[in-house]
Amino acid sequence: MTQPLLRVEHLTMRFGGLIAVNDVSFDAHEGQITAVIGPNGAGKTTVFNCIAGFYKPTVGRLTLTRNATPYLLERMPGNDIAGKARVARTFQNIRLFPKMTVLENLIVAQHNKLMRASGFTLLGLFGWPGYGKAEAEAVDLARYWLDRTNLTDVADEVAGSLPYGGQRRLEIARAMCTEPVLLCLDEPAAGLNPRESADLNTLLRFIRDEHKTGVLLIEHDMSVVMQISDHVIVLDYGRKIADGTPDVVRNDPKVIAAYLGEPEDSAAVQGVV
Amino acid sequence: MTAAERLKDAIMAAGVAALLALPLIGFETVDTGGPLGIKTRFDYIAYAAIAVFLGRLGMRIALDWRRNYRESLADKLDPVDAVKHKSVLSDLGRKADKWLMPALIGFAIIMPFLPFANRTVIDLGTVVLIYVMLGWGLNIVVGLAGLLDLGYVAFYAVGAYTFALLSMHFGFGFWETLPLAGLLAATFGVVLGFPVLRLRGDYLAIVTLGFGEIIRVILLNWQPVTGGPAGISGIPRPSFFGFPFAADPPEGTTSFHQLFGLEFASLHRIIFLYYLILALALITNIFTMRIRKLPVGRAWEALREDEIACTALGINPTNTKLTAFAIGAMFGGFAGSFFAARQGFISPESFSFIESAVILAIVVLGGMGSQAGIVLAAAFLTLLPEVAREFSLFRMLAFGAAMVLIMVWRPQGLLAHREPTMRLHPAGTKPGGGTP
Repeated sequence: MTQPLLRVEHLTMRFGGLIAVNDVSFDAHEGQITAVIGPNGAGKTTVFNCIAGFYKPTVGRLTLTRNATPYLLERMPGNDIAGKARVARTFQNIRLFPKMTVLENLIVAQHNKLMRASGFTLLGLFGWPGYGKAEAEAVDLARYWLDRTNLTDVADEVAGSLPYGGQRRLEIARAMCTEPVLLCLDEPAAGLNPRESADLNTLLRFIRDEHKTGVLLIEHDMSVVMQISDHVIVLDYGRKIADGTPDVVRNDPKVIAAYLGEPEDSAAVQGVV
Repeated sequence: MTAAERLKDAIMAAGVAALLALPLIGFETVDTGGPLGIKTRFDYIAYAAIAVFLGRLGMRIALDWRRNYRESLADKLDPVDAVKHKSVLSDLGRKADKWLMPALIGFAIIMPFLPFANRTVIDLGTVVLIYVMLGWGLNIVVGLAGLLDLGYVAFYAVGAYTFALLSMHFGFGFWETLPLAGLLAATFGVVLGFPVLRLRGDYLAIVTLGFGEIIRVILLNWQPVTGGPAGISGIPRPSFFGFPFAADPPEGTTSFHQLFGLEFASLHRIIFLYYLILALALITNIFTMRIRKLPVGRAWEALREDEIACTALGINPTNTKLTAFAIGAMFGGFAGSFFAARQGFISPESFSFIESAVILAIVVLGGMGSQAGIVLAAAFLTLLPEVAREFSLFRMLAFGAAMVLIMVWRPQGLLAHREPTMRLHPAGTKPGGGTP
């Protein structure tokens, strides 16, 4: 079996006395949608923040394999995780560049590529033609994702003026403009209406199938999780309690207990069985 | 508001004014030879109260009239047009990039040859342009990268002292020193940038303020090098690319007026200096306009909007901030060396905190990031004290009042409009209908 795209091993994150994530291990594969679910406060976003480099894990190893090269994410600064290991993320509370236009948001996402093309500003300052070409290519990529996310018409609008659903889609488009191998989405369906959720499913399937990008997803909306995930990981109180296909997880008694609570006499019932 | 309500409101205001006026202008101390005597002047209180009464009444009537006018306008127009009528100036901001800047530049170029242009006017123009250049330089740091810098004058000082010391001790000319001064100021920008990388907003402002003061105190106390409070005088004046502006040039050199076969006039140098700073300022402007459309410029703006999102997109915030500090400082250094060359004398007094505050005020008043707005604000803030020179006692009062008024009237600055750095659909053409 080939090396998984992302391998999380024994990830533990402590904040003082609080153990937010406790010895969690899982794999995420290329061309698959892996969902991380769990009740509020289960440590889902903390796992994400460790992967994206916003937190340094207390214990554990995070290995991303791209082109057969392993990248140890826990040792890299946040901007290298995005720039070199190619892990892109979105945020639970949308973080766009609100005063810049939609198109500019997507061009900023291609910063490192354009920076090299502009000779680290020096060549670009004097109108070097190679930079013009690179910029045109960047606009083409931006237009591709604008078309996919239905934002082409509002490309020159200020990002902050978009409706909520549009901002969510723009954040995904912006993450995809970094050409990631792993896309981490933190509650992308939060605040979306059922139709927008369905559109999101289509978009995520497209990203998985056409671009072979691995998707790691935190989500509360079970209609999204159960329909599109290839693989579901359930966290509760910082521990992994289940791991498998949506059908397996859905029927796992531990998962049901975590979401619905255990019956009073569950211990007795288990004792009998 | 009915007439009775207006009257009541005005009487209340007059009462407050009378109460305030009692201690403030109701008493006058007079010299009676020995101890101070107190003289009352209650008539003044009455004048103050009457003035406030009439003023408040007038203001109320004017405000009501304006509201009625707007309401009548809103009835006539459909909502889209009403938005357009809302502010002439915001519309002006949109058009500023198109015609205001070329108009201002055109005026600046022909200004010295207009009939009213005498020595005073050109000198004043030079001062305005120095502040325009400083404003544009600081705009890179504050307006684009969003890093609040209250010590910008430090870089101006570094540039000025670099020029003064190099030309005094090593005989460097203006054109050789200019890049060195810029380079040194940029280095200082990086030196300041490193320790403050983690700071934002108010905290950053305090540290930069401290940095500005450190530079000033060093200049004041490092007597052997900087001359301390006495400063450096006798800095060589810039020549016209090697041809000095002198009535009797030294043996073997040609002076400017001989080169062009003109009658000698001291105005030549003044005009040359004017064009020199105009050229430097325009270089700053062109540089800023170009760099905004390059990845580093967009990264600055993105950093201003959201640093965490920048990191998540692979942008290195450290490098991005440092380049902003360095490039902003470099233009401050250029302006500083021009200042030293023009004055021929510099002392730490020229680089006090108030200068930083004025430059920051120019950027904020102009509308963060707006190049044309900064020109207007620089002209306003440097010409206002000149105009108010006759009331020199109230100069700072007028200055402060004008700032408060502008901030109340247009909190986002005079011409706050951000032109996108690129468009998918060419300007003017609206894509059909919006999202389906």
